[in-house]
Amino acid sequence: MNIKELTQIREQQWWELIKRLNEEPFKYHIGDGEISLKGEEFKLQQRIALRNIGIINPNKIEEYIATGGYFALARALENEPKEVIKTIKDANLRGRGGAGFPAGRKWEAAAYHETDEKYVVCNADEGDPGAYMDRSILEGDPHTVLEGMALCGYAIGASKGYIYVRAEYPKAVASLITAIEQAKAHNLLGNHILGSDFHFDIELRLGAGAFVCGESTALMESIEGKRGMPRNKEFRTTERGLWGKPTVINNVETLANIPPILTKGAQWFKEIGTEKSSGTKVFALVGKVQKPGLVEVPMGMSIYDIVYLIGGGIPKGKKAKAVQTGGPSGGCIPSHLFDTKVDFESLEAVGSIMGSGGMVVMDENDCMVDIAKFFLEFSVDESCGKCTPCRIGNKRLLEILQRLTLGEGEISDLTKLENLSRVICQTSLCGLGQSSPNPVLSTLNYFYDEYKEHAQDKHCRSGVCKALLRYEINDRCVGCTRCVQHCPVDCISGSIRERHYIDATECIHCGECFKNCPVNAIDVF
Amino acid sequence: MFIFDFEENKEKVDQFIQFMDKNRQMKGVLLPVLQEAQNKFGYLPKEILQLISSHLGIPTSTIYGVATFYSQFSFVPRGKYSISVCMGTACYVNGAADILDEFSKVLSINLGETTADRKFSIIETRCVGLCSDAPVVTINNQVYTHFKKSDVKHILSLLP
Ligand SMILES: Cc1cc2nc3c(=O)[nH]c(=O)nc-3n(C[C@H](O)[C@H](O)[C@H](O)COP(=O)(O)O)c2cc1C
Ligand code: FES
Repeated sequence: MNIKELTQIREQQWWELIKRLNEEPFKYHIGDGEISLKGEEFKLQQRIALRNIGIINPNKIEEYIATGGYFALARALENEPKEVIKTIKDANLRGRGGAGFPAGRKWEAAAYHETDEKYVVCNADEGDPGAYMDRSILEGDPHTVLEGMALCGYAIGASKGYIYVRAEYPKAVASLITAIEQAKAHNLLGNHILGSDFHFDIELRLGAGAFVCGESTALMESIEGKRGMPRNKEFRTTERGLWGKPTVINNVETLANIPPILTKGAQWFKEIGTEKSSGTKVFALVGKVQKPGLVEVPMGMSIYDIVYLIGGGIPKGKKAKAVQTGGPSGGCIPSHLFDTKVDFESLEAVGSIMGSGGMVVMDENDCMVDIAKFFLEFSVDESCGKCTPCRIGNKRLLEILQRLTLGEGEISDLTKLENLSRVICQTSLCGLGQSSPNPVLSTLNYFYDEYKEHAQDKHCRSGVCKALLRYEINDRCVGCTRCVQHCPVDCISGSIRERHYIDATECIHCGECFKNCPVNAIDVF
Repeated sequence: MFIFDFEENKEKVDQFIQFMDKNRQMKGVLLPVLQEAQNKFGYLPKEILQLISSHLGIPTSTIYGVATFYSQFSFVPRGKYSISVCMGTACYVNGAADILDEFSKVLSINLGETTADRKFSIIETRCVGLCSDAPVVTINNQVYTHFKKSDVKHILSLLP
């Protein structure tokens, strides 16, 4: 295969693709060499990483080639590797996996070291619960990730790549296996790619259910077949990474941006987004929102526009309370700050992070103390146990939060929460511990009143913390005895056809009476 | 304790040994080998861990250390139907905790346990990537989206 043959496939397959898409004209917009999806929700979006999702058939390499796929690689191979690095650096592409480190600088550092072997690793461990953009790219457009990896390999001088993908994504694994086979068969992976002297192979490794393995050094330990515990950061992974060799690790979405940047140029990319955060970001807009789904927008769009203009606002006429970004490492942004722009700097300024792009909308029925507890449970579960602050500190944080949600907390707990959180952030070994108190700190900061209510008044305004609820029967009661029949602890008394009473000292706050009352005679406080 | 019956599982064990032989040269082979064992036998029997140790020359303590680190591996057999409730953020804010409680209540087992007849077990996952269709429950490989607490009894009654 050479660039001429690749061009032939492209020209021929383009018409095939158009023919197929034209069968459903209401779905696609076919312009001059570009195809996009039709629909109200796509109008405000700009799709780069997701450009092919829902358009091409991911199991046909020909359709990827038809949209210009593998041409970035073919052209790069005609030039020096450093040209690739220069373009990525100029474009200011920052890592989409969480930390936002400039990809070009990482590649440059790895290219600098001379060794017999280097590695390219694709981080497809997508651990943030509530984010699924990487799954969508792997399933819907696997070749863009392969092409991005091959380009990275060429740029830094590596001949071997690994994709570390979550075992929870069986479809993504299947789609990658097919894609790798097809790329090899077309001489786009393997030896002498497109007739050049560049060799590059990709191997799949499956995760085994450990969130911390998304951290780059833990991920490398895991590929090496060990317990996935983060390393002490003596060396950068670009100097000593996988098996002690220079390694570039990039996130799926980062890699999906590589081919379009090389095709359209650094300048084109830099003009999208904000000055410090170029390009677009994919968000998984989920939770209490009318139209949940993946959205890709230019960096710098406001949270309000994403939630209301693209996501259609909050269902059931409820009011938004907050959006959570960055998963267990991020924070809750309250609705009065919804004009915050989504880019790396702005999100950090309001106490959250970009993270991998999870954006969970919460409404008045969500309790912020409970949400902090939810994330802490996650971090306690997933802490690898190597360093003390994270292993033990998070557990203590969780215990305080549990006390608060059970109505056993005190106002002094709130200071303890804050102090302990700061210590854990400052002293943990890896990003997990350094960021695990963020959900606590941000909710404490913006929703202090809710914490105070839990601690002082033993009250949960959202009605989530069951132990804090009080049930009382009002005079609408018709004495049907249905509540008596459903009460698991027999704490309701009263004769038939007479008003009933709940013995608050025995009540376990299960809510069964409330749910089963036919005449709404039970009040919850 | 569950005793692993080598005779009954002879065919699977042979295939498993072949898998180890084929991939012997792979760097960092232990994890893929453990994953193969988990898939083949449904859990990691002690006897199989010993087999891996002698076959690949890795101390059992090392193997055990790796296997206990990852939540994918189980040391007891799971039920015929492994019910996995997604407890990721999107599912959680859409009521996953109530669903988990309901399964627990109806089956009278806790999270991580298997019913005495080995028919059902309940586990939790952290996001299966279908967050826009939350809440999500997976039973073996069957995925149920927009799951409701009131679906629990119905779904269980459909499983033979
Ligand atoms: C606890 C923890 C979990 C992480 N999980 C992921 C993940 O699931 N996917 C990912 O791409 N990056 C994850 N990261 C970030 C990686 O360490 C790393 O920064 C990233 O893969 C680099 O790629 P990028 O520069 O392209 O973003 C995680 C970091 C930490 C500390
Ligand atoms: S949170 Fe349940 S599928 Fe993502």
